[in-house]
Amino acid sequence: MDGFSVNVWIILAAALATYATRIGGHLILSRFERLHPRVEAALNAVPAAVLTTLFAPAAVFNGTAEALTMAVAILIGLRLPMLATVFIGTAIVVALRALM
Amino acid sequence: MTVSFKRDFLAGMRQCVPVVVAAAPFGLLFGALAVDNGLTVGEAVLMSATIYAGASQMVGIDLFNGSAAPWLIVLSIFAVNFRHVLYSAAVGRRISHFSLWQKAVAFFLLIDPVYAETERRSEAGKSMTFAWYLGIGLPVYLSWVAEGYLGAVFGGLIENPEEFGIDFLLPLYFMALVLGFRSRKNWLPVVLASALGSIAGFHFIGSPWHVSIGAIIGIAVAAIIADTRPPQNMKASVGSEASR
Repeated sequence: MDGFSVNVWIILAAALATYATRIGGHLILSRFERLHPRVEAALNAVPAAVLTTLFAPAAVFNGTAEALTMAVAILIGLRLPMLATVFIGTAIVVALRALM
Repeated sequence: MTVSFKRDFLAGMRQCVPVVVAAAPFGLLFGALAVDNGLTVGEAVLMSATIYAGASQMVGIDLFNGSAAPWLIVLSIFAVNFRHVLYSAAVGRRISHFSLWQKAVAFFLLIDPVYAETERRSEAGKSMTFAWYLGIGLPVYLSWVAEGYLGAVFGGLIENPEEFGIDFLLPLYFMALVLGFRSRKNWLPVVLASALGSIAGFHFIGSPWHVSIGAIIGIAVAAIIADTRPPQNMKASVGSEASR
């Protein structure tokens, strides 16, 4: 195993762990035939609940420019499509960082 | 290749365009940061090709730079990707008609935006075919790996990512994805609970645990406030049966 660096083994192990998460939920859930309404509600909440954790701390702990940008971007996002929201938000954060 | 396969594949490909465009900066940035943190170009590409989960790859390279133990790096990547357990549980219901190897491929390609688009399409009542799934999933995957390579090779050209707001693209992108689900039942309480949970988790315990903590709190709130009463027509039939 001389040819592979430690990094490569770490990457392959992490890849296996990641694939396990991607099939794991289905393997567990497919054992049940009918879902309880609470389980159903929990599954429907997954995208909003998880994706929120990937931006909420970044909006709060990065600084005033970032917090302001996120607040404005949420308002913009209620009106405009996703890609426009992302690019306008990026422009706002660049401008605010230059100003503040 | 049948006509319907081609049609569905192309329909998926049309939907992959915004995902590819939105992910491109992160794919390039990952490659650049990976090399910056001491990985080789080959290792950066291997990471994009096998792990294929942007946020966790970023967390991983962050740890490669320090003296973190190998098991800790693997565990951190696992923690960031733990949400995929939930995606796979949710998407499994949508693709139960896929064959075994189609499922194996579909779950490998199951990243945040592919998950979101799959849910959206199913919710709209459109057919969920393997061709459509490949159409959206494969171009995103291939461009992600290519971007990792390009970023690793040409990464030295981006000297100051903050200056272009590149570091804030990812949070904005996730926020916009969340807004896309706002018509779902109890969306606001779930988002608020998840936001507070992740902010507290980030503050008191630290990254990457805030992801699992916030998600679990948001999902728990959804389960607790869920309407568990049976549908009206069922109630009526039960009532008429009792009166007989």
